[in-house]
Amino acid sequence: MTERIDVIIIGAGHNGLVCAAYLAHAGMKVLCLESADSAGGMSASRSISDDYHFPGLAHVAHPLSRAIRQDLKLDKFGYTPGKAIDTVSLDVDGKHLTIGSTGVSGEGLPARDMSAYAEFRERYLAFAKAVRPLFENKPPRLKDMDFPDKTALVRLGWNLRMGLGRESMYEFLRVAAINIYDVLNEAFEDDRLKGAIATDAVMGSAMGPRTPGTVLTWLQRLYGEQSGPLSMQSGQLVNALTQSAEHAGAKLRFGAHVEKILIENGKAFGVELAGGEMLKARIIISNADPRATLTSLVGAPQLDAMFANRVAQIRGSGVVAKLHLALSGKPEFTGLPESQLGDRLLVAPSMKYIEHAFNHSKYNECSGSPVLEITIPSLHDNSLAPDSHHVMSVNVAFVPYELEGGWAEQQSTIAYKVISQLGQYSPNLKSLVVDHEFLTPRDIEAEFHAVHGHWHHGELSIHQSFMMRPLHGAAQYDTPVDGLFLCGAGCHPGGGLTGLPGRNAARRVLGPGGAK
Amino acid sequence: MKFDHTHFRQALLRTPFHDRFVELSTTEEWMAWNTYKVPRVVDKLPTEYFAVRSGCAVMDLTPMEKYRISGRGARDYLDRLVTRDISKLKAGRVTYVVWCNDEGKVIDDGTVFQLGENDYRLCAQHHQFDWLLMSARGFDVDIQVETHDVAALAVQGPTSWSVLAAAGISNLEQLKPFGIADLRCGDIPVTVSRTGYTGDLGYELWMDPANALQVWDAIFSVQGQYDIHAMGLSALEMVRIEAGFIMPGFDFNTAEATIRNGYDRSPFEVGLGWVVNLDKGHFTGRKALLAEKSRPAKRRLTKIVVDGNKPVGEAFIYDGKNGKQTGEIKCATWSPILKANLALADIEFINGRLPAQLWARIDYQRELKWHSAWAECHSHSKPFYVPEYRSATPPMRY
Repeated sequence: MTERIDVIIIGAGHNGLVCAAYLAHAGMKVLCLESADSAGGMSASRSISDDYHFPGLAHVAHPLSRAIRQDLKLDKFGYTPGKAIDTVSLDVDGKHLTIGSTGVSGEGLPARDMSAYAEFRERYLAFAKAVRPLFENKPPRLKDMDFPDKTALVRLGWNLRMGLGRESMYEFLRVAAINIYDVLNEAFEDDRLKGAIATDAVMGSAMGPRTPGTVLTWLQRLYGEQSGPLSMQSGQLVNALTQSAEHAGAKLRFGAHVEKILIENGKAFGVELAGGEMLKARIIISNADPRATLTSLVGAPQLDAMFANRVAQIRGSGVVAKLHLALSGKPEFTGLPESQLGDRLLVAPSMKYIEHAFNHSKYNECSGSPVLEITIPSLHDNSLAPDSHHVMSVNVAFVPYELEGGWAEQQSTIAYKVISQLGQYSPNLKSLVVDHEFLTPRDIEAEFHAVHGHWHHGELSIHQSFMMRPLHGAAQYDTPVDGLFLCGAGCHPGGGLTGLPGRNAARRVLGPGGAK
Repeated sequence: MKFDHTHFRQALLRTPFHDRFVELSTTEEWMAWNTYKVPRVVDKLPTEYFAVRSGCAVMDLTPMEKYRISGRGARDYLDRLVTRDISKLKAGRVTYVVWCNDEGKVIDDGTVFQLGENDYRLCAQHHQFDWLLMSARGFDVDIQVETHDVAALAVQGPTSWSVLAAAGISNLEQLKPFGIADLRCGDIPVTVSRTGYTGDLGYELWMDPANALQVWDAIFSVQGQYDIHAMGLSALEMVRIEAGFIMPGFDFNTAEATIRNGYDRSPFEVGLGWVVNLDKGHFTGRKALLAEKSRPAKRRLTKIVVDGNKPVGEAFIYDGKNGKQTGEIKCATWSPILKANLALADIEFINGRLPAQLWARIDYQRELKWHSAWAECHSHSKPFYVPEYRSATPPMRY
């Protein structure tokens, strides 16, 4: 290959694509290398046989930030945010609770909770808005601050004090680092409601409702959410990003597995692919897990000893498995009207239930009563399954990476247990199952190269957030290796289909001391 | 010697040579060195000092921290650990090294012995096992502590070679400075390196602790022929300053023991820029040192000669008589052989340069009454004392 390349991006996950598109729009020659046969990573759609298609590992989304949509002209390339859906906290006796953008309702819901919910949601949306300067920008350093760092901190301070007001600010400072369990118990009585909110705070993390820092993870989730979760428009986001990047001149290459980042005198100058092919570029940006990037692709010998040790200590072991079910018909849930079947259904009847499920995962066990997040994407897009057939996508929380007794022998048993668990809420489900796929955190690691199968490439705990994400010494998308940057979920502000790590990394590269 | 797990019953460990020091000690001046009990002065300090400079001094080196580093990745591991390029080190050779933390601050200095292919010994002033293990991530390397398993003796001074030859260690005459040889003392295997911390001709002997006393006795058996003295650490302090050697943890705070910001030191700041190779590939601290090199030097541990003969001890350094304080003396000695006050001083640079004038304000006692005096200091770039004979191969026979 004789053509000059400015930037090589390792991985075409959605953040890699966002980064590629921004840099290509800025006039750089970008080559994005993806080991899989298609773009999207965890947001890429996948299939069982030729007939059943699933949105991918991510099955609900939040709207992409307006800035990214506009900057990358995504609407022109076919991006539309999915349809806003409600959240249903399922009850085994059919007394479900519905949480929508307008409020919460359900049989047996105390009237007090109904009004408290509106107030609570307003308050926490205001909190999420107040910390926006932290999330949207590169995380400010506390030492050697540059002007944007100072601005971000000033804006944060202003938002907290003036935006929230004195009383609200005190409340924010009180709850910011504590657990969602205490906060929800103060606010509500209804177990289904508390279970549903707590699920959002812990889904994807090795945390239970009582784990400190779960208010923060919840705020991170609330951020960008105006109207609740959206149904995932299968493949559409990835297609729009790919087209935007390619339209601006970025090249994508599939089946290109990077094995090594080439470094000389502390500066990255290219990558080596499986098979030995070498590609050179001034700038290398990794969309891969920071642990995989720094440990496997760079290698500890190219890093300082303490830093290499910290990389190895990044916390983040995946605890969510994914169950995909191909169904021969529409499942029925006891007590749930058909009109709500397309919503996001949760099996998390109480915070105690969630905490129990989490406890099992701590000891490398799989709870017999796991926390489930269920969607039926084929209700929103009938092209996903043959006529009158459906696909169901289930996030199974608190499935450990290391399972006592080993995964090989128990993978199908556990998948079966989850299906049985679903059967308690949907009696006809079992008879409809045509085929299934059960991706444990181990499978997620193998397929998406996310270390220990963690969605977010590292736990979203306080000590791994903001200027400490992914770790001290590699914040602000930099690494100790000159010319090597990070742009994935392992960076600030973390996981989720936000595209923000990708955008911020591109800004970093285009900024002072980056590409120029 | 297997490590004794009842060691806590004894405040300080005894080296394999301890019994002999007890027999020779007239002062009973003991001190702790890396958990071992060693003599500060065995008999008389001047005798021990002059033994190094004009005869032969024998010192116990066993407490020196010793690590065996082996495996396919041993060389790459050491090259990533230390600032010096050791890729050209050959089997049977020793080199002086220094290693830093990520911030490019000195953790310790020491020597790397290449004993064989993929087989190295690292000697260090301070305990390094945790740092060595932490640095091992990503390398195919095995690291063992052998501090307690290898007895070591320094035999130093102009007659040291003649003494060892007379004591029955033959084939030593062709050993060059920084060379290692596996030899015998009578029928006892002894590894000898031509190394030392005195700046004089000298050797270090490495042996099984079980044979330690036999080797000691063989050396002292020729005492009638040669002037041989057991030596303590006070004499060592004098000769190492004359030789211009630094002592991490005493002349400057080592990085991993530093709490206060700015109290640790980089290799450049302690005058070890010559062992830093920024072009050899990555090593811990490289990036920080590269950045430091691009900035004007802030300070340097500087060899100085202090005018006069008043005992220097601890003193501040000023940029003129009654001037501004610009540094402090970290170690000092009166050099009997050079008849001068020698010191190492940590001096703050002005605009990247050593101040034009250096003055020490010396506080000293006369019959328990404190006096104060100004003495001008003169910086010195080379070691203070470098006898020509020390590097001759074969050494001069006595």
